[in-house]
Amino acid sequence: MQFVQNFPFMSIILTLFSGPLSSILSGKKAKYLNLAVISIVGVMSAAVLAFTVSTGEPYVYMMGHFPAPWGNEIRVGVLEGLMAVFFCIIMLLSMLGGIKEREREIEESKQNLYYIMVNLLLSSLLALIYTNDLFTAYVFVEINTISACGLIMIRQNGRTFVAATRYMIMSLLGSGMLLMGICFLYGLTGHLLMSNIQEAVAALNQTGAYHLPLVISLGMISVGLAVKSALFPFHGWLPDAYGYSTVSSASILSSLVSKGYIFLLIKVMFRVFGFAVVWDSKVINVLFVFGISGMIIGSIDAIRSRNIRRMIAYSSVAQIGYIYMGFGLGSMEGFIASIFHVLSHAATKSLLFVSASGLTEASGNSAVFGELTGAGFRNKVAGVAFTVGSLSMVGLPAFSGFISKLLFAQAAAGHHDWKVLPTLIALAISTVLNTVYFLKTVIRIYTPVPKVECKKKDYVTITMRQQPVKFAALVCFIIINLILGLFSQPIVTLISDGLKMFA
Amino acid sequence: MSRKIPEKEYEKTHSFKFKQWLDGTKDPYLDEVEMKPQKEFCENKEVLKKREEEDKEIFQRVYDVEHNAKIRFFNRAYTVFSVLFCISLVFLLLTAVSHLPKFGQGNNPVNNEVSQRYIEKGLQETGAVNIVTGMILDYRAFDTLGESHVLFIATCTVLILLRSDRKKGKNSIEDMENNDRIYEPKNDIILQTVARILVPPIIIFGIYVILGGHLGPGGGFSGGAVIGAGLILYLNAFGFAKTERFFTAKTYKWMSFGALACYALAKSYSFYTGANHIHSIIPMGTPGAILSSGLILVLNICVGIVVAGTMYTFYAMFRKGGY
Repeated sequence: MQFVQNFPFMSIILTLFSGPLSSILSGKKAKYLNLAVISIVGVMSAAVLAFTVSTGEPYVYMMGHFPAPWGNEIRVGVLEGLMAVFFCIIMLLSMLGGIKEREREIEESKQNLYYIMVNLLLSSLLALIYTNDLFTAYVFVEINTISACGLIMIRQNGRTFVAATRYMIMSLLGSGMLLMGICFLYGLTGHLLMSNIQEAVAALNQTGAYHLPLVISLGMISVGLAVKSALFPFHGWLPDAYGYSTVSSASILSSLVSKGYIFLLIKVMFRVFGFAVVWDSKVINVLFVFGISGMIIGSIDAIRSRNIRRMIAYSSVAQIGYIYMGFGLGSMEGFIASIFHVLSHAATKSLLFVSASGLTEASGNSAVFGELTGAGFRNKVAGVAFTVGSLSMVGLPAFSGFISKLLFAQAAAGHHDWKVLPTLIALAISTVLNTVYFLKTVIRIYTPVPKVECKKKDYVTITMRQQPVKFAALVCFIIINLILGLFSQPIVTLISDGLKMFA
Repeated sequence: MSRKIPEKEYEKTHSFKFKQWLDGTKDPYLDEVEMKPQKEFCENKEVLKKREEEDKEIFQRVYDVEHNAKIRFFNRAYTVFSVLFCISLVFLLLTAVSHLPKFGQGNNPVNNEVSQRYIEKGLQETGAVNIVTGMILDYRAFDTLGESHVLFIATCTVLILLRSDRKKGKNSIEDMENNDRIYEPKNDIILQTVARILVPPIIIFGIYVILGGHLGPGGGFSGGAVIGAGLILYLNAFGFAKTERFFTAKTYKWMSFGALACYALAKSYSFYTGANHIHSIIPMGTPGAILSSGLILVLNICVGIVVAGTMYTFYAMFRKGGY
């Protein structure tokens, strides 16, 4: 075994270890530790990705002296490596982009608690990506839920407490359904290891035994994870949670936490039930309908909101809808498009959150649209970054959003089912609605205000010198967006190779 | 046949003293206790009416229910849908359960090679007499590593929510009044006596449960919970000032860090050697001896420390937001 193959295990343990370590450090030291850990894990994951691409096949890593199904194991392929690298980059940039806001909004004595949450969140995301065992997945889903809750309420005002409570209730409902699903599955197959369950489920499917509990367990797991990732009818907790928490939290929650659950759902569909069973069960049709309604209703809610942070949050509902619509298509192309959209949405949404915080800072810390007029002139880099993010969300060529929309449309067109027309129509309507609310905002931030008025309100001009770190993070976000938009083919190839390794 | 004795004579008998103690008018330790019957809570009808009206008005003003059709609709729909949702979920779960394999049958899918190996080779491979401990701390130690971090992060979230970081010396009078520390220790003699007798055995029993986790029923989770309960009892009897002589926020921080770091390091070694097929230098020992079963004893102690600290911290946080 080569030394690189140890890296996934090491990155999980390193991030887990850095959580308790942060608890004995001061806030400042914990911050540097956090940045260092994320960078190291990112580099290690990149090495793992390079290794799996070069060998061209996945490998399993035994956690301890006992082979699975007796012991635990993790499984590493191209898609896992890609996700880990990407999550680390986005998390690093989100943390860098919100340093100043965190210092302002979090009590000084509680700073280090924030980094505990972030470190453990990263470890749980990594474990969700790599795990090959359903129960391990559940344990780390718990860590993920609790730490996300901490991230929401560490900025202590009334709205975040309400948001955290709502998040907790909804998220625990999701966890409970996931656990029930896993229990049923264990009762039916006697295994917790994904590959063994898949064999047993295939055998059950052939004989037709236990069909009903099998479908119910698939439904429970899918709906549980859908609740946790804020699919349309279960999205009630989302706008407040993303809209009022501190910037880094909002961008990590929207771009990583929900994506971790979505990745787990993909794993469950491919590696636990097997694609054939999922396809027969019609559960994906439900996800398809929810996804399409989410795309449209999320966008309408975004148009109606009067607060830029809440608008971006509602836009997340619509984008999550896209991802589930891709699952619902039930073809390989649909899944590839969804996974690409996971990446593209993660990169764009965190860019939007960070740049919106730059705009609100230049407008007297008010996120209401009326105050944002002309903010693009007062904070130039944030204005440009917000425009790039908006154009990407709308789906202009050269940006990442265009490629994911193109992939969705292609996946739908290659389909021979009743789903073709609804998908294309929903894509078109949703794109128009996206354009309405994003370009409305872009036009507003580039509407000049007279200087006298600027002085009357406490508007400030923020230059690149004042916040070099944030601007560097924004520039990196823009570059990632352009890379995803302009050089998408290698990434799409990686995703499709990775999905083949899944089965 | 019983005879009636005069009142004065009766006051000297043990039965009278017992009756006094039962009534609470006299305490053997504190002597005479002044008894004031508690007044029953009763509200003036006018006050009650006023309060109810105010409550109604607050609700009206905050939500403007009469003019807000959306909220009215939401309130009604919420009730209906939550009931419907719960009923359908219950129905769904019961249906699924009724279709599951019958509980406790020999040919159920769960009785497969996995549990067979745990039962047949568990003792030999992990060195733990208690198979469950061998399972959670050796076969599936990675899950338990995650589980102990769940406890840790739960405490951290409670700290975020409830820890009040008041600066010392700047306390206003109001703060002092709200802070129940000044009323402590409460000097309840019965509680203190009982605690003095009970706390040492409880904590020793907890330690026994942790240390014997690989030999019999028990382990870090249950033993830690016992120790935590003992600490909470001690805190209730003697107050924060006395507990802080040996257990402060700092102690908890270092203890949990030490325990979790120890767990992570010990298990990393075993994961690394296991996956790379390197021979592990950790001796198994003879099954049944206290120093046996490889890392399990150490891991049990780590888990026990984390659980005890978590329980105590939860209590202290909910009690007054700090310790």
